[in-house]
Amino acid sequence: MSIVLYRIDERLIHGQVVVGWGSQLHPDRIIVVDDQLAGSDWEQELYTLGLPADLASEFQSVADARDHLSAWDAAADRTILLTRDIATMRRIADGGTLRGVEVNLGGIHHAPGRRPVLPYLYLSEADFCELDQLAHDGVIVSARDLPAGRRVEAQELAPIERRA
Amino acid sequence: MSEVRGIVVGHGTMAVGIVDAVRQITGLDEDVLIPLSNRGLGPDMLIASLREHLVPDTSTIVFTDLQGGSCAVAARRLTHQLPGIAVICGANLPLLLEFAMNRSLPLDQLVDMLVERGRSSIVSAT
Repeated sequence: MSIVLYRIDERLIHGQVVVGWGSQLHPDRIIVVDDQLAGSDWEQELYTLGLPADLASEFQSVADARDHLSAWDAAADRTILLTRDIATMRRIADGGTLRGVEVNLGGIHHAPGRRPVLPYLYLSEADFCELDQLAHDGVIVSARDLPAGRRVEAQELAPIERRA
Repeated sequence: MSEVRGIVVGHGTMAVGIVDAVRQITGLDEDVLIPLSNRGLGPDMLIASLREHLVPDTSTIVFTDLQGGSCAVAARRLTHQLPGIAVICGANLPLLLEFAMNRSLPLDQLVDMLVERGRSSIVSAT
């Protein structure tokens, strides 16, 4: 399988992805799926500054990602696919596109309406609905910030104040 | 025009440590070089935190630890939103000491000097 990591991380391309996961997975390219960034050259440049010369990057819309997903997965090069939020990954997965695939929740931080779930994960009610939809579409979701961290399965994810 | 201010933004406690070192060596006032960590901050909150430490009508250099990554993205996004802000990535202690000593220079001139100082300070000493 050539897409070696599907990750949801609102920071998109950053140190944990490039160094933390990159040193374990040895990706050839990072594909960011984001409708807004796909149409903004100057913002793409913000994210690609300082990338290692042997690590390519692309920015694609959700529609283009759904069209190219099979080809990316069949390609010889190793790809990390990133979205900034759960909703975008859910749109990619709509209808079972990612059935049986594991998606990594890597970093969504505090913002109004979000409650703490893990130190690196704050989720809103809308986020939980998106996670339910991903599960419905056959996606296996787990949380882990770095390869050495503990893998937390989706069933364990609940706002801290709700835990028994 | 007031003297240039600085914000150091980095991973973990890097910024607190390096700013403490600058103050220890130079006696720099606390309010002219601000340390900031990205720990626990998403992109929007990191930009908001940077903005909180800006002073109106005062040029500011945002120093980041890495060239890529969330700190640099936030700092460079800020330069698209506001005038009078420069970003230097890969900051080190010699560079920040030079900053502390030369804050009265025009922003562009100061940035060029600091980048050169930071680069030239890395040597093989064996």
